[in-house]
Amino acid sequence: MRLLTHNMLSSNIKGVTNGFPLRIEVEKVVEKEVDLNMDFLRNMFAKIEWKALVEASRTMGYSELPDDAESSMLDSDEFLRKFHHALLELHLEEGALVCPETGRKFPVNKGIPNMLLHEDEV
Amino acid sequence: MWYLCVFYHRLLEYRKPEFESLAGLFEGRSGPTTLEWRLPEDHHPDSPFHFVNLPSEEMARDIASRSILVKGIYELWGEGRSFEELEEAINSYPDDRKLLYLAPGTTFKITVESFGKAISSHEQSDRFQKLAFIPFKGKVNLRNPEHRFCLMDNDDYGDNNGLPPIVKRRIFFGREVGASDRKILQTYQLKSRKYLGPTAMDAEMAFLMANQAQVKPGKLVYDPFVGTGSILIAAAHFGAMTMGADIDIRVVRDGRGPDCNVWSNFKQYGLPMPLSLLRADNNLPPWRSGLKEVFDAIICDPPYGVRAGGRKSGGRKLLKGVIGPYTVPDDKRTDHIPSTAPYSLVECVHDLLDLAARMLVMGGRLVYFYPVLREEDSPEPTFPEHPCFELIATCEQILSYRYSRVLLTMVKVAPYSEEIELAAKLKHIEFKENHLKWLEDGNLHSAVFSPADVQINGTGEKFSSKPKYRGKYV
Repeated sequence: MRLLTHNMLSSNIKGVTNGFPLRIEVEKVVEKEVDLNMDFLRNMFAKIEWKALVEASRTMGYSELPDDAESSMLDSDEFLRKFHHALLELHLEEGALVCPETGRKFPVNKGIPNMLLHEDEV
Repeated sequence: MWYLCVFYHRLLEYRKPEFESLAGLFEGRSGPTTLEWRLPEDHHPDSPFHFVNLPSEEMARDIASRSILVKGIYELWGEGRSFEELEEAINSYPDDRKLLYLAPGTTFKITVESFGKAISSHEQSDRFQKLAFIPFKGKVNLRNPEHRFCLMDNDDYGDNNGLPPIVKRRIFFGREVGASDRKILQTYQLKSRKYLGPTAMDAEMAFLMANQAQVKPGKLVYDPFVGTGSILIAAAHFGAMTMGADIDIRVVRDGRGPDCNVWSNFKQYGLPMPLSLLRADNNLPPWRSGLKEVFDAIICDPPYGVRAGGRKSGGRKLLKGVIGPYTVPDDKRTDHIPSTAPYSLVECVHDLLDLAARMLVMGGRLVYFYPVLREEDSPEPTFPEHPCFELIATCEQILSYRYSRVLLTMVKVAPYSEEIELAAKLKHIEFKENHLKWLEDGNLHSAVFSPADVQINGTGEKFSSKPKYRGKYV
């Protein structure tokens, strides 16, 4: 699971009002190189919750992202590379996503988050 | 300028919508694109020969090379009912359009084709001879010519070539401007793909779906029923970033082992991996509420219960309110397998439209299959509607005498809001009451699989009352 996915997901358990961002429990992180696509990054930047991405990348052991970011920073190659690395190259291979309100764990195995709810959560 | 467009004689209803979607893609237009079309004299709409008006030769080349169903696009130099008429037409075609391509020092190749009939090499050379009046000054190069020409015709062979007998003979000669590359269909054919499921999308259809969705590099494409990834593979081939979800964790996570799963399918073709695969329920999508307008296209084949049924969270009894929800004991939570219930087509499509309305960018496209019964007494099909979407193409593919599937292409034309969510719900209820009762809860399945009433005629032979001509259905 890339942090892009993490940035899009929330806990949708019935009754939970603020299921975002999910806390990351790390068991195993892997890095996989991906080609950098500027247009895609520029597009996605507007959709990303920056604070959640910064926090998530720190949990995964990458602390190069600045606390705040604005679209003008996209002109810097260095920033783009860091953003790209955090968003697309860090994978949570094994671990869990934890609902911030209830503490329910959504397991992540082989890089696939399991977001299916239990019977008493729908 | 008018060009001669020659289609493959298959998936007839898909041909013009694909062409127009691609025209829109290369013009940078996401909404519907309507081109001017004209039929050759005495031809039927199912004929492979069509004339189309395009703004430039470059556009024609782009469309042809990306298209799956266009065989070639030609600058027409002449046409006629006979070779005499053809010669006259070519001679009167302006020299300034011709001489450049006939000049000394160029290389060229001429192919001879006949629709619906193989021609012997003897007959081919006969036909070449008839073109001797054209002053070709260049050299023949069969491998890698600069200019390609094609002599095409359809004979009036009676009614046996897949077209109605009203189609009369017509001969065309033109310069090739662009041709399709159907080799990719061989590269991606399912029989050589490693990981397959029972409903893996055929490669040709997957590419057609990606073309309908105007997929191009850098776009983000989502498939909420990803399965083995067969649709996303086509999207990734055209350069898109892909994301997929499925409710069946065995498919998205495990596959058939470390070298036979959705990831390995992408690896097999050297395509970039999906950005994300996850297990999620289309009925209860896990996207954060602030996330809107993020996908450029949603392409999918929803489970409509004929070959595979849909599932959603919640047990059967739970949903009917017969029992209260089962409380999972704390110590069993980690590996608990939640029960699922059948997911009717109506509900599935409603959820899909709602998700697409929220998550697609403006001008983004939703492309999906919808089943239709073909019994003689079944009503004209009506398709789901949504206030955020305009339906721009419906392409039927007949699967059996009983049912077919229709590829729907919808464009997002209005932003999503809470009022729209409500209006869509009302529309959905109305649609459900009026049109879809008979499709619900396995009716479709039984309509497709129940034994047919076979009519027996006087001689005891089985026969079908349906007409033999199935031009649309090839």
